[in-house]
Amino acid sequence: MNKHIISLLLENESGALSRVAGLFSARAYNIESLSVAPTDDETLSRMTIVTTGTDEIVEQIQKQLNKLVDVVKLVDLTESEHIERELMLAKVEAIGDARDEVKRLVDIFNGRVVDVTDTTYTVEITDTRDRLDSFLVSLSSIKIHEVVRSGAIGISSGEKILAI
Amino acid sequence: MTGAEIVVQSLIEEGVEHLFGYPGGAVLPIYDAIHQQDELQHILVRHEQAATHAADGYARSTGKPGVVLVTSGPGATNAVTGIATAYMDSIPMVVLTGQVPLALIGNDAFQEVDSVGITRPVVKHNFLVEDIKDLATVIKKAFHVATTGRPGPVVVDIPKDITINRAEFAYPREIKIRSYHPTVVGHSGQVKKAYELILEAKKPMIYSGGGVILSNASEELIKFTQLLGAPITNTLMGLGAYPANEKQFVGMLGMHGTYEANMSMHNCDVLIAIGARFDDRVTGNLEKFCPDARIVHVDIDPASISKNVKVDVPIVGDVKEVVSRLIDLIEASDQRLESAALSSWWDQIEEWRAQDCLKFKRDTGTIKPQFVVEQLHQVTEGNAFVTSDVGQHQMFAAQYYGFNKPRRWINSGGLGTMGFGLPAAMGVQLAHPGEQVACITGEGSIQMCIQELATCTQYKLPVKIINLNNGFLGMVRQWQEFFYDRRYASSYMDSLPDFVALAEAYGHVGIRVTKPEDVRQAIEDAYGKYKDRTVFIDFMIDKEENVYPMIPAGAGLNEMILV
Repeated sequence: MNKHIISLLLENESGALSRVAGLFSARAYNIESLSVAPTDDETLSRMTIVTTGTDEIVEQIQKQLNKLVDVVKLVDLTESEHIERELMLAKVEAIGDARDEVKRLVDIFNGRVVDVTDTTYTVEITDTRDRLDSFLVSLSSIKIHEVVRSGAIGISSGEKILAI
Repeated sequence: MTGAEIVVQSLIEEGVEHLFGYPGGAVLPIYDAIHQQDELQHILVRHEQAATHAADGYARSTGKPGVVLVTSGPGATNAVTGIATAYMDSIPMVVLTGQVPLALIGNDAFQEVDSVGITRPVVKHNFLVEDIKDLATVIKKAFHVATTGRPGPVVVDIPKDITINRAEFAYPREIKIRSYHPTVVGHSGQVKKAYELILEAKKPMIYSGGGVILSNASEELIKFTQLLGAPITNTLMGLGAYPANEKQFVGMLGMHGTYEANMSMHNCDVLIAIGARFDDRVTGNLEKFCPDARIVHVDIDPASISKNVKVDVPIVGDVKEVVSRLIDLIEASDQRLESAALSSWWDQIEEWRAQDCLKFKRDTGTIKPQFVVEQLHQVTEGNAFVTSDVGQHQMFAAQYYGFNKPRRWINSGGLGTMGFGLPAAMGVQLAHPGEQVACITGEGSIQMCIQELATCTQYKLPVKIINLNNGFLGMVRQWQEFFYDRRYASSYMDSLPDFVALAEAYGHVGIRVTKPEDVRQAIEDAYGKYKDRTVFIDFMIDKEENVYPMIPAGAGLNEMILV
């Protein structure tokens, strides 16, 4: 079972998202995260799906996605060098010593505190999924009120381009 | 033109002659437009499920897309079973569903359902028309997607106001969909590899499926098979693609396949899978499937390749195109399969064939279902179009009719939809007015769409209903006998109607046959003196006959239960 980041261009049409989501639920494939938004070409959306499965299952996922009429192009980013990013907003308790501790951790993870109250910090970090997970682990003694993650997005390294 | 007129004109532009449907509020404007022209004939069924099955039978028997028109809400939901049936068997179909006016969508309006959402998992693609300017283009796209690549049903959901509004009509000649390019031409390197592997075979086996029929590649399949001299089996969906009366044909394979077909599969060293998808009813236990074989797989759908069984030489492409190129390669050289090995392989297969696994007791005094199918074959000289429902009768039809031509065997293989047979037979008969059509069914299945006897009356469809009546849901009962210690839970059909009287009530000919010696005459009468009538023959058959051979769940193809 390996993690794969599948990136696709699909028609920016109503229903395209549910075709993809429906495919995953109908065929019992895993979705760890899914993010989608229009691209610079407003007729196209770019979707990034993080999924896990055996090689056979991931091959089927790619083939089944390609079969959807709304899917224009697809690439498995994990097959080669790629850049992965995910945005996380976390609201944590920041009282007493914890205020310094959180600030220090946020600095280590190259994040920033974007909102402050007497008792909370809201922090923003952009990094890979794994790094975001590590940040949450490192907060161990700090009370986390809320975590929002965007799901990963990704792009190939170098000159490889996913476009039509 | 109004949107309704655009719909009708678009169908005419597509060459549609028959449209199967049922009216309702949301499609009244379309029905009004149909009423005012005479190029397109509308067939009024008695339930929307039957509209889809009839269009499906029409499509399977002609190769042309079947077309359906139903109203919003329950009209659309009733059609879903038929859409799913077509989807599972890759049948080209375009289903137009009415929808509430655009402004009401999402308001829980009268007869509103999310038709696009409900049908999404069982269509190749679907559309909601949101602008009358897109209407003709969407219909063009629907036909294009339904009929190309791996075919399938496409739903077009049309809000009522769009059918009332007006727009210029210009039907697009060509359509390009940037995200849709099915691979038709097989990769030449792969074709070459397949050719080389095939010629290495000592014990070759050809396993062909419904894809050969969908691709109209029966002629190529026959030529390829005969050039090689290899044994061939057909799946349930592929029957008729290779003539059943040819000696290289070893019968159907799978759960109720012949001993020789399944043993040849199990023991072959090179398996050539053509337009077949390694369905679980075909492979049995995957871990025991074709243990010694290297596998070539030709299929137009990349997702069908290595889905259930990992193959050695995949070829994505249209079966007709790929098999033609394999033929060219074979014909271009003198090299053939090694003849000594091939002949000892055939000796082995003939030994299996000598088991005569389809034999059945003939002198029991009761009517054997196998005997009825065999007699039907004889009377119709193997040339009838035969539709079936689902269950024991379906297997008996597949095993004993002996199809020699493609598109003559019409059944719901993938979804296994009871109720399919009669409406499918209507669609076949409409497409082939002069031909002999039989619906082989059982007293359980026929009651799932029995209302269509009225449609047969209205359009004078002379289909012959061969009802193999054993008073049981036979296949359910068979499984209960084998695996549930004969506890026949809800498989006994109590309170059956008098089918003869019922047929007569609809204006048809009803015949009841209780003795083996009357079977032949009844079938001859149906196709003879009653040839222009709908005939319902109620055969009172052996109550507890089973379908053999049978591969129990979890077993390999070499672990059959014979009689």
